[in-house]
Amino acid sequence: MITAVELGLIYAIMALGVYLTFRILDFPDLTVDGSFTTGAATASILIVNGTNPLVATVCAFFAGAAAGVITGLLHTKGNIDGLLAGILTMIGLYSINLRIMGKANVPLLGEDTLMSPLRANGWLGSWVSVALLLLLCLVAVAVIVWFLHTDVGMAMRSTGDNPEMIRSFGVSTDNQKILGLALSNGLVAFSGALIAQFQGYADIGMGIGIILIGLASVIVGQAIFSQRYIWLAAIAVVFGAVIYRLVIQFALGAGLEVNDMKLISAVLVVLALVLPQVGVFRKLAARIQITSRGTAKADAPEEEEKQNA
Amino acid sequence: MLEITNLNKTFFPGTVNERKALREIDLTLAEGDFVTVIGSNGAGKSTVLNMVAGKLYPDSGNVRIDGQDVTKLADFKRAKYLGRVFQDPMAGTAPSMTIEENLALALGRGKVRALALGVTNRKRELFVEELASLELGLEKRLKTKVGLLSGGQRQALSLLMATLTGPKILLLDEHTAALDPQRAALVTRLTREIVERHRLTTLMVTHNMEQALALGTRLIMMHDGQIILDLSQAEKEKMTVKGLLGEFEKIKGAQLDDRTMLQ
Repeated sequence: MITAVELGLIYAIMALGVYLTFRILDFPDLTVDGSFTTGAATASILIVNGTNPLVATVCAFFAGAAAGVITGLLHTKGNIDGLLAGILTMIGLYSINLRIMGKANVPLLGEDTLMSPLRANGWLGSWVSVALLLLLCLVAVAVIVWFLHTDVGMAMRSTGDNPEMIRSFGVSTDNQKILGLALSNGLVAFSGALIAQFQGYADIGMGIGIILIGLASVIVGQAIFSQRYIWLAAIAVVFGAVIYRLVIQFALGAGLEVNDMKLISAVLVVLALVLPQVGVFRKLAARIQITSRGTAKADAPEEEEKQNA
Repeated sequence: MLEITNLNKTFFPGTVNERKALREIDLTLAEGDFVTVIGSNGAGKSTVLNMVAGKLYPDSGNVRIDGQDVTKLADFKRAKYLGRVFQDPMAGTAPSMTIEENLALALGRGKVRALALGVTNRKRELFVEELASLELGLEKRLKTKVGLLSGGQRQALSLLMATLTGPKILLLDEHTAALDPQRAALVTRLTREIVERHRLTTLMVTHNMEQALALGTRLIMMHDGQIILDLSQAEKEKMTVKGLLGEFEKIKGAQLDDRTMLQ
């Protein structure tokens, strides 16, 4: 149970990256499956070779960002469809990740990692590590929310919202997409590096289906929380990631095997996408919306009045 | 301020659909000119506007803004000189962002966008002042998402955003065409006030002859990719909608005759 929460919080950083592309930039980026492993591979190989684990993890961020830039360039300068650009980078990264690691699996047993202090104090699997990881997530949320309210961050949001308009105000939407993809994949790789250190190895297959976990977190989180404010949406993503891990934990406890996890992920995403369209759940969602409006500022009803007037 | 010389554009060249959209267009706007452009569908009005904006590139000819040749400059690079309001009221604003955020985006025109906070209290004061001039009460709703506003409100906001930084040229692309008569009148009034207040050099495309006569200091009529009538302020003041239609028929008729003769 606690391990599920720990994992969820680490994956939450990846999900925040997915949130940046899917929700903010409105760009379906599949690079994630490759860049997650790139982060794990980069950090692991650096750690094995004696680099400080913090430095190694930061390097993982930049390796992932580089992957994002490639996808961005393919899409904007190469005029390749966004989905395809992501797939191309993802496939290419498979070979690059093998090159980085030199083999399909890099064990981190006995190495000094970011998780070592937690392990040495016996904090792993306790609420202490949950608290520390939650703090890390909240810092990530705070940085992302701050960034999205800066001049450049607002230009990025408007690039996803109305590209034609923001070009007429002098913003290169191409550059914004490249920057957004870089940040997103940087976060994803950072998360991959932490996962490798948490589980004690990097593996070539660890990124497969990551995009689904990210999507599930974003969609599940936002089905439950309002998207009214960016900070709320970002926190919702973190909760979504934790809920996702808990569902997986529950499914495993109910007798499903580890090998069934990808199927569970896929089914979960399908459910999160389809259920809101079913009558009963739509009514339920509407009710939740109304109550959340009641507690938040009530300027939506006022809106209707103005329109009618 | 704006200098268009010898502009040519052919769509789908070499195919059965080949269409000459512009034929050697020359047009010069002095500083402070407010030119209204009318003409039938396919006359080339929007093509001229899009070439000034950088959405289309000409086959030949030049576009100069304030002496600088921008013919081949990408749209977002020349955006520092140009304010634009689109026909679609939804096109000029970012719907999921708040009113103050949209204004902050507009205020960033021509500046380097970096990691400073987008909306600050100092900017907010400016926004309140500017929004108050619209007299729509939007200054009390800075944190409302623009997607919740009506079409007329959004178009008024678009106009304010386009002119917020005092661009060298304001481009209006049938910006009242998609609004109901009441809102169209409101946006027309705001257009006149804002252009006069900032003394903006303006190029406005419209389908509405009355509006074309009521607004601006000069009127241009286009047909078949050419400018067929260019009225100064004095001439424009004497002109009526009926007169314009008469001119149009006369020139169109003459052209058709020439063509028929050639064939």
